[in-house]
Amino acid sequence: MIQDLVIYALYIGYALAVLLTFGTILTWVERKQAAVMSDRIGANRAYVRIPFTQYKMIWLGLFHGLADGLKMMVKEDWRPKTYDWYAYAVAPWVAFTPVMLVFAVIPFGGLLNPAVLLDGFPAAAAWFGERTYPMQIAKLDAGLLIVFAFGGMGIIGAMLAGWSSSNKFSMLGALRAGSQMISYELVMALTVLGLILIYGTLDLTAIVQQQSGTVLGFLPAWGVVYQPFAATLFLAAAIAENRRIPFDLPEAESELIAGFYTEYSAMKMGLFMFAEFIEIAIIAALFTTLFLGGYNLPYMTDAGFEFPGGGKIALSHGAVVAIQLVVFLVKVLLISSFQILIRWTLPRFRYDQVLKFAWKFMLPLALANLTVTAVAVWLLTA
Amino acid sequence: MAKPYQRKVYWNEPTMGWWERAYLFEILRGLAITSGVFLRNMGRWVTGRKGALTTYYPEETRFDYAEHNRGKHILTQRPDGSPQCIACNMCATVCPAQVIEIDAAFDPDDPAHPKYPARFEIDYSRCIFCGLCVEACPEDAIRMVKLVPELPALDRGRMWLGKEELLTWQPQRDVAKPYPAKGGVGAPGGSA
Repeated sequence: MIQDLVIYALYIGYALAVLLTFGTILTWVERKQAAVMSDRIGANRAYVRIPFTQYKMIWLGLFHGLADGLKMMVKEDWRPKTYDWYAYAVAPWVAFTPVMLVFAVIPFGGLLNPAVLLDGFPAAAAWFGERTYPMQIAKLDAGLLIVFAFGGMGIIGAMLAGWSSSNKFSMLGALRAGSQMISYELVMALTVLGLILIYGTLDLTAIVQQQSGTVLGFLPAWGVVYQPFAATLFLAAAIAENRRIPFDLPEAESELIAGFYTEYSAMKMGLFMFAEFIEIAIIAALFTTLFLGGYNLPYMTDAGFEFPGGGKIALSHGAVVAIQLVVFLVKVLLISSFQILIRWTLPRFRYDQVLKFAWKFMLPLALANLTVTAVAVWLLTA
Repeated sequence: MAKPYQRKVYWNEPTMGWWERAYLFEILRGLAITSGVFLRNMGRWVTGRKGALTTYYPEETRFDYAEHNRGKHILTQRPDGSPQCIACNMCATVCPAQVIEIDAAFDPDDPAHPKYPARFEIDYSRCIFCGLCVEACPEDAIRMVKLVPELPALDRGRMWLGKEELLTWQPQRDVAKPYPAKGGVGAPGGSA
């Protein structure tokens, strides 16, 4: 029992550290990537001076995130005269918490066997005994449903913020966020339904394990190989869920100032921004898990590599765990970077275009994809 | 009964074929362009070249400043090193931003030009670099040179430049009207 507690405390700490780090690093990645994409240098003036020396650590502007955080902490926390101060105060947290919770069901590594890892310390190894733990905070059979349940809760924060700010811009932003989220949540769920048909499970760990095989003898059995169409639709719907360009209608700064967080300042506004950046990482983690083979490299399982030609490389448990943790983070970072690329490439939709795009373009495509998948699965299994 | 609303069709209405309507292909084209620029610039950065058009201002200066760019001021020197300025206040009078402050002083030992500036200061936080001071100067005592080094400062007090710095940061002695200096050194007809 105590062993479980130790392991899961470690997992939760790791997950929190990863998410908060991603939230901070992605602000830097966004700035720098946008700058390089548009022939600029990007923010690089903030520095930390080592005390008592003249050595200034600039590190390519990595400390701008720190400066941002500090600025938001010490700024005046201005409040509007609102009729519902409680909802106003609680809204950023309601937007922020579900984003963090989604990560609970995402597996960031394979099966962990602490006794094997701690081989050098016989006492610790004996204490853990035969226990093994999947590297995932909550291994739930309904994992994917939890993702959608918590993912859908984020909108409550935006709606609360919009309604309780007593500002027309905020309310318009919240209304837009609401309708947009209803439209795109549907598309997102429908695209994933095809995957569920193929894998026959909602458990994210099982989905990842099924992706470590091969298709047609050589292609890795990734979701993106089975469902390239669904992968594209899923990514588009997920970006729309996260309310980023080209779907940033709820906070369109040229129309609505800042949308549903117009009236927020200091760290409350920072929480909204932070939630947005963490959600980039969450979307990337989800996409990785569902479509890109999760924490595994191609042809890799918990035992080691099994190449299609017949070659095998057996890896020690420690090496497997390390590779899986790193591979997951790298994949998440790459997909986050791709999302940022999209954000700095496309212009914003008009509002009617957003809804038309969801209901008249993406929804029929998702349905068609689902139908084709269902028929194909039925033909192949029957 | 009101007529149903009909949207005006403009002469330059964009036409979209199936390629544009499919949306995805054009998005991919756009992504290819932006990621191409990104990769090109990243390739330059990692090979030690510069992947940006930005001039990294106080540390770098642009190479393509015009030859007659109106940059930072200098006060010219007489051949003996004293300021050519005779504290006539014409630059301070003509200055539209009123940033030049001159305190004149009397030097009885120098009969050729007994008036000299004890204090000559320019406030660069307000200077608009119009060059009128240079045009107004009857003595070729104030000039503007091409470069603008070290102008940024952390507070306004440090944006005042005094006589000493104006004289010495880029000393120039080739004045058009070299009056006879003390002891006649460098003066026309004097001992060169």
